[in-house]
Amino acid sequence: MILRRPVFWLILVFAALMAFVPLHANNVSMREDLILVAIAIILASNLNLMIGYTGYVNFGHIVFYGLGGYVGLYLATVRSWNLVLAALTAGLVVSLFALALGMGILRLRGAYFALATIGVLQAVQSFVANFDPWGRSTGMYVAFDAYERLGGARHALWTTYFLVIGVMALSMILSLGIKISKFGLGLFAIREDEDAALVLGVNTTVFKAIIYSVSAFLPAVAGALMFYKNGMIDPSIAFEFMLSLEGIVMLMLGGKGTVVGAALGGGLYEKLRSYLLTSPKFSNFQLVIAGGLLLLVVLFAPGGLIGWLYRLVPRARKVIE
Amino acid sequence: MKRLVLAVFVLVALFVTTGFAQTLTVGFTVSNTGSMNVDSVEQLHGFELWRDQVNAAGGIKAGGKNYKIQFVSYDDESNSKRVQQLYSRLILQDKADFLFSPYSSPLTATAAIVTEQYEKVMLTTGAAEGKTYTLGNHYLFQMFTPGAEYLKGVLDMLKTKDPKAAVAFVYEDSSFSVSVVNPAKAYAQQLGFNVAFSEAYAPNTTDFSAIIDKVIASKSTVLLGGGHYADGSTLARQVYSHKVPLKMVTLLVAPDSPKWGELGDAAVGVIVPSQWEPQTAFKAQYGPSGADFAKAYAGKYNTPPSYESAGGYACGLVLQRAIEQAGGPDTAKVAAALNATDITTFYGRTKFSTAANEHGLQVGHAMVLAQWQKDKSGALVKQVVWPLAAKSANLVYPIH
Amino acid sequence: MSGILASMIDGLLIGSVYGLAAMGLSLIWGVMDVINLTHGAVIALGMFGMYILFAAFPVNAYLLLLPVIAAGLLLGLLIYWIAVHWVIGRSQLSSLLSTFAVNMMIIGIGTAIWSTSPYNVNFTLRGITVGAYTFDGNHLAAAGAAVIIGLALELFLYRTRPGKAIRAVADNREAAELMGISSTMVLALAFAIGIALAASSGALVSTLFPFTILSGAGYQMKSFVVTVLAGLGKPLGALVAGVLLGLLEGAVTPFIAVSWIPLIEFGLFVVVLVAFPKGIFARATA
Repeated sequence: MILRRPVFWLILVFAALMAFVPLHANNVSMREDLILVAIAIILASNLNLMIGYTGYVNFGHIVFYGLGGYVGLYLATVRSWNLVLAALTAGLVVSLFALALGMGILRLRGAYFALATIGVLQAVQSFVANFDPWGRSTGMYVAFDAYERLGGARHALWTTYFLVIGVMALSMILSLGIKISKFGLGLFAIREDEDAALVLGVNTTVFKAIIYSVSAFLPAVAGALMFYKNGMIDPSIAFEFMLSLEGIVMLMLGGKGTVVGAALGGGLYEKLRSYLLTSPKFSNFQLVIAGGLLLLVVLFAPGGLIGWLYRLVPRARKVIE
Repeated sequence: MKRLVLAVFVLVALFVTTGFAQTLTVGFTVSNTGSMNVDSVEQLHGFELWRDQVNAAGGIKAGGKNYKIQFVSYDDESNSKRVQQLYSRLILQDKADFLFSPYSSPLTATAAIVTEQYEKVMLTTGAAEGKTYTLGNHYLFQMFTPGAEYLKGVLDMLKTKDPKAAVAFVYEDSSFSVSVVNPAKAYAQQLGFNVAFSEAYAPNTTDFSAIIDKVIASKSTVLLGGGHYADGSTLARQVYSHKVPLKMVTLLVAPDSPKWGELGDAAVGVIVPSQWEPQTAFKAQYGPSGADFAKAYAGKYNTPPSYESAGGYACGLVLQRAIEQAGGPDTAKVAAALNATDITTFYGRTKFSTAANEHGLQVGHAMVLAQWQKDKSGALVKQVVWPLAAKSANLVYPIH
Repeated sequence: MSGILASMIDGLLIGSVYGLAAMGLSLIWGVMDVINLTHGAVIALGMFGMYILFAAFPVNAYLLLLPVIAAGLLLGLLIYWIAVHWVIGRSQLSSLLSTFAVNMMIIGIGTAIWSTSPYNVNFTLRGITVGAYTFDGNHLAAAGAAVIIGLALELFLYRTRPGKAIRAVADNREAAELMGISSTMVLALAFAIGIALAASSGALVSTLFPFTILSGAGYQMKSFVVTVLAGLGKPLGALVAGVLLGLLEGAVTPFIAVSWIPLIEFGLFVVVLVAFPKGIFARATA
């Protein structure tokens, strides 16, 4: 039962705090910082389903976020759909796309799969950059009055923020739910030894395709919300390879394969990046610092922060999943 | 005793009327890194020169007070992802009174969403694309002539020189260049030119040989297009090294930079539509003359100003005048003063549209055409060749 | 018709430079099963290496390839000992991430030094004009240099003792160790050669196009495509595949807008990967 897990309640409290604190303080600056933290957590958590649970490195995870942004923005502005409906539809469309794609490229293993995901990212970006209805490489803009339907820009951005926090909570709950399910066990078996899992009767092809598609849904919803909030989308910001790689860094930092680790890594990394970027002393060296940190984690603490905590307090394993 | 009281009284009165110098904060982001780096930093230098000159003169004098200017800025990495985070921070945390835009149209459009929400005045420079102003903004004011006007002058000029020219459009697939080229293509056809070739290239393109081969095959005689500095300079080099038989090359933005001269022979003859050139002698009703601005700029940065720099400085100047007219930094009053602005500075005329469907669009400013030519000593210089009334040299046509 | 031919020749010339870049990636991948994500950053360092050398010694830029290669070897040893040695034998994710971390650091330091403005190496060889088309002298020279370096590597791998040791370790590391080959030394050497190849391809590119510290990323992507087309650990195959990729680009561009090229290239990449996971040349050379 998921309700018996302490982490479940922890997630709810965390999400409530994220939503409530900036609202209570009426601090929009804090909200703008936190929305990027929430996006980082969403990306890292869903990426964790592939990398942490199934052992497949997805370098092109951001393609879901970007495509979701495009589909969502297209529906919400050009077709004047309700934002929530547009975002959910975007999630669904992108998930189906991922399912079809996954059937093909998940035949590959290890590094070959990782490379194929880069190819997919580049091909999709190039396609969108040539796709007329989506404005080719100049992208799409949200007319300022599109926010009127949500009660004006000021109101609309708060609404979007709460929706993003909701997606963040769902991402973490999804991670937890899969982790404690039978389906999750199947994924872990694939991660440990795919051939053995096959022998034991795990339908690896179906499992992999499903998890690939599931890991696409919430990032796509988040992309739709985020780019709506952003006011514009173009292929270079929607499909940023760097952001895809940063997702992996976040995951490693927090501890792959764990629910809390993915969120922790996502949150901390984003906080660090925006601190370094706006600090006059470090803004020139933010990449060096982030890179150095990653190197240290990979070489000396491959389990990330959570792995380190487990070693320090073995009993934490029972509570912090 | 009486004398002392009098002295104190006078001192206090002086203090109250001249005021302490208060500080106004102007916020913006700069592309210290990323693809817009060159153009963005030139714009920044324009901002900085204005700030330093205002502060050296004791600040902006408005409503009997003096306001010194202080800047807060962050690196936007030429990427719109963090622009909203940074502009919110500028408004809320750094308490910026006024904002300048980032460089480039997409970043500006993204920032405008935030500044508009907080009803903060933002003067935009380095962002010519016009679509943003049709989105229903109230506090956004554009310093650059909108994109649709960029290539009209070139086509008019070409009409007088060579009405039979075959025109090729080769341009960056970015919102700015597309907003320039689409109207220009229609205008070229309207003028009766043969548009022999038209193709957009990806923003980070470095290898133009495939496109150049196609331009040659299309038998075009004139090439119009480009985008920003990195791609424009590369395109010019490769057009030169492939010896494409062109009579005229006009590129956006890039050839205006003083760095263009470093291309050597590949730079010769290239024309750029410019928001401003040092040679254009507008009679300034307000602020320094063009010559004084260029001299001060060169003195500070050891390079002549580009039009990005001039736009940056003019941005400050127009804001300064609006604050003076408004009698203080109150946003609503300054916005009203900007709406009423119709002024000629060293940068030319500035007037913002007040129509509801294009509020803030620049409608007063006109562009000139500049061509890189060799002077008598063989040195590369940029000359104004159009409009004829403002020319500093004759157009060289054909180039070779 | 002549337009297509010219376009194909242009493609062939640049393709050989893609090939040289991919050789470095392919060698490292094949020998130690490490996907080297510092590849793009090292290509960019090669560009700036050439820039600095040419500013100091304005001789024929192609002579300066030798010091770039030497510096590349040293840099390769350095990166190997910082980031790669410790993760050999661990999961592929570890080496992906450790090399990516170094990549971030190189880009970060490079940005602090050179910002991200474009730079040029102002060296021009005279081109060859045929009809309306002129083939750039630098492109011809760079293609020639790429082929020479590629062949030199092949000779080294098949004709010298250290080269044979590298191939032995690539085939079967344990067996090679039993034969008395120190696999650590061999891995370090192979890594250094891979980095030197990447740096030299960057140096060649710097004589063709302007570059920034971020320019390596695009060539890294091309290198992935080429390596996969050729199959892993086949440096000469990578060179050939690079040339073929360039030819393909040249043959296709006259008919469609250049902005579609990445879609075709990466689409092809994914399809080839799924259909021939061992590379197109697998049967021919295995």
